[in-house]
Amino acid sequence: MKRYSAFAIAREALRFHSGWERAWKSPEPRRRYEVVIIGAGGHGLATAYYLGKNFGITNVAVIEKGWLGGGNTGRNTTIIRSNYLQDPSAAIYEKSRSLYETLSQDLNYNVMFSPRGVMMLAQTQHEIRGYQRTAHANALQGVDTRFISAREVKELCPIMNIDGPRYPVLGALWQPRGGTARHDAVAWGYARACSDMGMDIIQKCEVTGIRQEEGQVRGVETSKGPIDCSKLGIVVAGHSGRLADMAGFRLPLETVALQALVSEPIKPCMDVVVMANTVHGYMSQSDKGEMVIGGGTDSFNSYTQRGSFHHIEETVRALVETFPMISRLKMLRQWGGIVDVTGDRSPIISKTPLQGCFINCGWGTGGFKAIPGSGWAMAELMAAGQSTLAEEFSLDRFRVGKFIDESVAAGVAH
Amino acid sequence: MLTLQCPYCGVQADETELSAGGEAHIERHGPGSSDEAFEEYLFARENPFGVHFERWRHSYGCGKWFHAARNTVTLEVYGTYPAQTTEPPADIRKRISGVAPGWTWRFLG
Repeated sequence: MKRYSAFAIAREALRFHSGWERAWKSPEPRRRYEVVIIGAGGHGLATAYYLGKNFGITNVAVIEKGWLGGGNTGRNTTIIRSNYLQDPSAAIYEKSRSLYETLSQDLNYNVMFSPRGVMMLAQTQHEIRGYQRTAHANALQGVDTRFISAREVKELCPIMNIDGPRYPVLGALWQPRGGTARHDAVAWGYARACSDMGMDIIQKCEVTGIRQEEGQVRGVETSKGPIDCSKLGIVVAGHSGRLADMAGFRLPLETVALQALVSEPIKPCMDVVVMANTVHGYMSQSDKGEMVIGGGTDSFNSYTQRGSFHHIEETVRALVETFPMISRLKMLRQWGGIVDVTGDRSPIISKTPLQGCFINCGWGTGGFKAIPGSGWAMAELMAAGQSTLAEEFSLDRFRVGKFIDESVAAGVAH
Repeated sequence: MLTLQCPYCGVQADETELSAGGEAHIERHGPGSSDEAFEEYLFARENPFGVHFERWRHSYGCGKWFHAARNTVTLEVYGTYPAQTTEPPADIRKRISGVAPGWTWRFLG
């Protein structure tokens, strides 16, 4: 792999950019790999990357039904934060956020991580208490957040109207090192690094069955023929239930649609990420100048990558009160993804009843921020058999009642 | 937008009038049941890729709970029926078999 650098740009500029190579190879699948990962989204590719980087396991295939990063990795609002309430969540999301800080250097691929700061608005008395509690919890967990006043909110984000009649801004939970990153670049960067380590990324290859003998996974049936493996990782977000069905176990998940939209590009007016959970809306400005807006999920199960229109209306209507200037903006695009939501709104990174088969799912509406940490923990679990970061996120927590309840922090907006 | 006909008041209600109530026909478990049974009852939701049976409430209409048979992939609605039943009625099942042969659901053999 040729490294990307300022020098490389200068070199290619002198020879009409004829020397750039493909970022990753597109091989046909071999008959056998040590590890097969299903799903070439952010989480799947990160898992493969850290298997190679941290454990030297490079005999890996990442299989993707569609195209690389074409699911939720390419459909989210790119927010990165780690201001969670519960210790296991704070640990894995903070690990993830800290990995994002150096990810561009690690991957030699610019993921455009922008730690511009994330604020979660408190617009009711309940939220003030809730976020103060989270700020105290974060202090104990070593996550850098603090509760700020409405005046500080206005200073950080002058376009905001903090005196709204229905939902005045009363303060905010502020994480200065949260921010955004370029979502596609995260998937592409991991893919390039994986390909460079000799891993095979196989796109347009659908898994149609999971082969097992005596409770041990043996391989997968795919649209490009059977592939054997010793270990299998299922990292497929909204379609996790279908894959679990093939493997012969059930997951405590429901799949629902989540939407986002962007406005026409405008001049820079907002250099922080703002989340308003009471009104189900969150917004940031992309480097292109578009206002990126996300809302709540649909309330019913759906595998269609589109959502109900009235959710967009509700989200935008709520945001207009807090950001009066967006009322004249035209919206350019809207899209949806399907997310897998668990009962306690926390993910599952776990062994499964099928030996050698591991699952990473349930990230619900907030998976993008977790990509590096999730991959790190999943790789550790698959390679070493256990992972401190993943320990609490096991599948059996629903049976024993050891929930990681993040429904307050994570149930609505991400 | 999803529209469901309320089987009680007969109104073609659109989604904004309704509240989704999750999976229908769940087997309930009480005190003394095993951990597995409670896990099943509380968390192990059916998440079908296709035919699904759900509870809905006509919140901003007559206020009554009812059931709907729906497809989670095509968003097709197969019909709605009153809530006082432990399984989907035969006519709805027949209609589903007509358009989606081979469908299955966990509580139906």
